[in-house]
Amino acid sequence: MTRIDKRKPEETRPMSAEAGVIKRADGSAVFRIGETIAYATVYGPRDLYPRFLQDPSKGILRVSYNMMPFSGSGDRVRPGGNRRSKEISMVTKKALEPVIDLGDFPNAVVDVFIELPQTDAGTRCAGICAASMALADAGIIMKDMVTAVSVGRVGKDVVVDLSYAEEDYDCPEGVADIPIAVLPRTGELTLLQCDGRLKREDLKKAIELSKDAVAKINDIQKKALKEKFKGESQ
Amino acid sequence: MGKLVSKDKEIVVPGEELAQGMDYLPGQGTFRDKEAIVASRLGLLSVDGRALKIIPLTGRYLPKKDDTIIAQVTDVTMNGWRLDTNSAYSAMIGLKDATSEFIPRGADLTQYFSFGDYVVAKIINVTSQKLIDLSMKGPGLMKLHGGRVIKVNTHKVPRIIGKQGSMVSLIKNATGCKMIIGQNGLAWIDGEPENELIVVEAIRKIEKESHISGLTDRIKEFLEKKTGNKVQPAGEQNDQNR
Repeated sequence: MTRIDKRKPEETRPMSAEAGVIKRADGSAVFRIGETIAYATVYGPRDLYPRFLQDPSKGILRVSYNMMPFSGSGDRVRPGGNRRSKEISMVTKKALEPVIDLGDFPNAVVDVFIELPQTDAGTRCAGICAASMALADAGIIMKDMVTAVSVGRVGKDVVVDLSYAEEDYDCPEGVADIPIAVLPRTGELTLLQCDGRLKREDLKKAIELSKDAVAKINDIQKKALKEKFKGESQ
Repeated sequence: MGKLVSKDKEIVVPGEELAQGMDYLPGQGTFRDKEAIVASRLGLLSVDGRALKIIPLTGRYLPKKDDTIIAQVTDVTMNGWRLDTNSAYSAMIGLKDATSEFIPRGADLTQYFSFGDYVVAKIINVTSQKLIDLSMKGPGLMKLHGGRVIKVNTHKVPRIIGKQGSMVSLIKNATGCKMIIGQNGLAWIDGEPENELIVVEAIRKIEKESHISGLTDRIKEFLEKKTGNKVQPAGEQNDQNR
């Protein structure tokens, strides 16, 4: 079996990452996987208004996910939020919330903005990877990084990190796309969605297959953060 | 016997395993998960005997009791002023704590501190809900007139002040500027405009190179080059932060 871009089933597209790319933000990062580029910035903890949003027991997390108008494959993405971006903002928030501790910041908010200047599938995963780096860069208390990758089934084959061409592949068996977010230290999942149908065994196989990719992505995240501060350790 | 997984004085990221075994103790910025000690924030690992802690390098200012900060007046209320502290929380300062002058009942409080004014104040209390009380009674606590206020990295403030204020007095001697550094990451500089710019540049240099040894000498050299004057060596006891 061969994939459209000749990758191995467990192989991701080429990746790179960088921390501290947006100087005015409290924390920021960019994560690139294949043709997909995700920028994330973090502001805060800062004061939160309107007041009814405040939580006196802990700080809250707000996430905004946005695809830029020119980011697609030719068609202009209509600017502003839509149903899809609202949903992805919500699942990204739920994927990040379990690791961060804002107990020290009652009534405050941490804002995460994810912007995608260029997209080729796997945007929510790239967004989560960038956002977790940006949160670490902002000095937020976290019990782990969050690493996300999409897995799925293209035709009969279970593969990791689907590109847009694969997601769009037309075959009788169809395609299943499963974005997952993993805490790399413990292997816990904080995001698991599924678009398409697949067998139980294939889902298990897909998650098993993602392990290598998760370790590799986490490595890239860590390296990028350490690179930003490498001068600080004598 | 447990063993250290990461090295002392190394950058660690959240979720990174620092040590294995029960004979190491988790300190600030770390937590224990079964046998392992794990980092819970990005920073510099510091190993002190058996205790591991993380020295933060980034992040916003978290208000702490007894810190001297520079704050900006954002609101005038019935019994005092509300100030922005460059953190997630604003602070209150009451009439009694703000000035030793007699303020008659119903006086216009903006004559004392008006919107946008900067003051140097001390945090006297922080509650669990992060309500902050400030006081301006004490040496060096005052309203700031003129000059400029810049933002600096909160975690580099100790380096900008230097040991017993040595770095601040070095810069002050070289440029003739008045300077106050708030723990909350705001710095006030007042002097000749071109000298103020030199101070700003010097502070940025300190922030960038604080980890490389011989910082004081390099800053001294930098200031001599910029001002064209010989700078007297630091170490003379000027009162800190004034």
